[in-house]
Amino acid sequence: MTAATTTSGSEPPLRLVGDAGRRRRERAFHYVFLGSALTSILITAFIMYTVLFEAIDFLTKIDLGRLIADGWFPRRGQFDILTVLVGSVMVAGIAMVVAIPIGLGAAVYLSEYAGPRARKVLKPVVEILAGIPSVVLGFFALTFINPRLVQVIFDDAAGFNLMAAGIGVGILIIPLVASISEDALRAVPTSLREASYGLGARRITTTLRVVFPAAVSGIVAAAVIAMSRAIGETMVVAIAAGGTGGSLRTFDPLGPGQTITAAMAALATGSDQVRGDDGAFESLFFLGLLLFALTFLLNVVGEQFVRRTRQAY
Amino acid sequence: MTTSATSIVVSRSLSARGRDWRGLAFQALLLFSLLLALSVLAVLITDVFTRGWPILQERGADFLTSPLSTRPAAAGIGQGIMGTVLIAIFTALFAFPIGVMTAVYLEEYAVDNRLTRLITVNIRNLAGVPSVVYGLLGLAVFVPLMAGLMGGTGRNVVTASITLSVLVLPIVIITASEALRAVPQTLREGGYGVGASRWDVTRRLVLPAAGPGILTGTVLSLSRALGETAPLVVIGASATFFSTGNQSFLESLFGSFTALPMIVFGWSTRPQDEFRALTAAAIVALLVVTLFANAVAILLRNKYERTW
Repeated sequence: MTAATTTSGSEPPLRLVGDAGRRRRERAFHYVFLGSALTSILITAFIMYTVLFEAIDFLTKIDLGRLIADGWFPRRGQFDILTVLVGSVMVAGIAMVVAIPIGLGAAVYLSEYAGPRARKVLKPVVEILAGIPSVVLGFFALTFINPRLVQVIFDDAAGFNLMAAGIGVGILIIPLVASISEDALRAVPTSLREASYGLGARRITTTLRVVFPAAVSGIVAAAVIAMSRAIGETMVVAIAAGGTGGSLRTFDPLGPGQTITAAMAALATGSDQVRGDDGAFESLFFLGLLLFALTFLLNVVGEQFVRRTRQAY
Repeated sequence: MTTSATSIVVSRSLSARGRDWRGLAFQALLLFSLLLALSVLAVLITDVFTRGWPILQERGADFLTSPLSTRPAAAGIGQGIMGTVLIAIFTALFAFPIGVMTAVYLEEYAVDNRLTRLITVNIRNLAGVPSVVYGLLGLAVFVPLMAGLMGGTGRNVVTASITLSVLVLPIVIITASEALRAVPQTLREGGYGVGASRWDVTRRLVLPAAGPGILTGTVLSLSRALGETAPLVVIGASATFFSTGNQSFLESLFGSFTALPMIVFGWSTRPQDEFRALTAAAIVALLVVTLFANAVAILLRNKYERTW
C-alpha cells in the first residue's frame, strides 16, 4: 500500500498494489485467516469457563468438609481429594519409572549410536507405538501386564491394580519421552562431539560427559511433559485400576485405586443417571479443574526447559 | 585445573588397550531399551491378534456388521465402524480447514506482535490439555448446543466430531505450521518479484509446496482422533445396545452413537470371558484403522520429504 505513495509526484511505472478489488480481496483473506487463528483463543476461553464455572458450582453446593473423607465415593457424597491425587501421583510415578529409562535409552541409541539406515527403520516403529490408542493399552494392561507380569512378581496383587495401570501408562508415554529427548540430543552441535573425540574420548565418554550434560534441560523437559501426559491419561487407568465404583484412600500400588482421570471416566459413564442434588455430577467438573490446573502447571514448567535448550545454541 | 584433568583423560584414552568393554556394555544397554520398547509393541499386537483372531475367523462379516448386544454370540461392531467412519469424515471436515487457515495466518500473515505470541503460546498449551478435559468441554458446551439445535439428547456423532476436532486442532496447526516453515523463503520472494500478492503467493506457491507435509500431519492427527476414547465417554457415547433399525442417514447423525474405541472400552469392562475375545477382535479392527492411517502418514512423509 505504501508503494504508490513512495514515488509521490510522478506516476509510478507500474501500479504494484493492484486495483481496489485486489486489495479488498487481500484484506478479506487476511481477516478470514486471523478469524480462524482466534478460534483457538475462543476454545481456551470455553475450557476455562466450563471447568471454573461448574467447579465453583460444585464447591458452593456441597459441604466443604466432604472434600476430606475416607475415600472417593461421589454417589455417597464423599469427595476425598487426597484419594484421587495420591492415585494419580502413584500411577504417574510408576509410569515414569517405566518410561524414562526405556525412552531415554532408545533416544540416546537413535541419536548417538544408530547409523542413518538403522535410524530410518527404527524411528518409524517407535512412532507406531505412539499411534496405539490408549484404550488398547488399557485392555493390554488388564489382560496381559497384570496376570503375566505384575501378579507373577507380586503374589498378592489384585485383579485390578494401580501397578498394572501405571506400567500401561508408562508404555504409552515411552514414545513421547524418546521423541523429546532425541530432539534435545540431536540439537547438541556436532562440533562438541568432535572436540571430545579430538581429545581422545570414547563414544561412551562423549555421550555421558559432553552430549548428555548439553542436552539435559531438554531431557528434563521430556520428563516433565511425560509426567503431565501420564497424569492426564484416562483410559488405561479407567480399565485396569478398578476404581469404577469409587475407592478408599490407599497407598498400596498392588490394590485397586482411583485417579483423577479414572474418577472422571467413572462419573461420566453413568452421567445421565447421576444428575441430582448431591453434587456427584458437578464433581466431574471439579476433577476437571484439578486435572487442568495440574497438567497446565507441568506443561508450563516443561516448556521453560524446552526453551532453555533452544537458547543454548 | 581443567587442563590437567583434560590431559589425564586424553592420556588415559590414548593409552587404553584392548576392547572397550564398558563402552560396549553401555551400547548394548541402550540397544536393549530400544528393542524392549519395540518388543512391547510386538507382544501387544501378537497377544491381541491371537485372542481376537478366532472371533474374526468364525464370525467374519457377521461380527463386523452386527449391532451391539449384551449376548456375546450376537454382539458385533457394525455400529462402531459406522460411527468411527462418520467421526473421521466430520472431524477432518471441521479440523482441517480451521487448522490449516490458522497455520497460514501464523506463518504467512501474522507480524510478530503480542496477539500473535498469545495465539502461539495458547496453541502449545492447548496441545497439552488432557483429552478428558476436552470431553468436559463437549459435555458442557457442545452437547447442550446440539440438543438445542437438533433436539434429542445432543449426544451424537456430530457433537463427538466437533469435540474431537477441537482436540486435534492444535496438532493440525503445529504440524501444518512446520510444513509451511519448511518452504524456503526464496520461493516466496520469487513470487513477490513477479508481482504476486500475498494470497497469490500463499495459494500458488507456498501451499502446494507444503501440501504433502500438511497432509501427513492431518492424517496423523486424524488417526489420533479415531483412537481417542475419554472424550467420547464423557460426552456420553453408547457402549450398550441401541436401535438403529430403519433410520435415515440424518437420523443416524443426530441419534445415539458409538465408535470402535468406545466399544473396546465398554466390552473390556465386562467380566464375562467371551467378551475378552470380542474386545480383542474389536481392537484388531481399531488397530487396523489407526495403524493404517499412521503408516500412510509416515510413508507419505518419507516419500515427499525433501530438503530445499
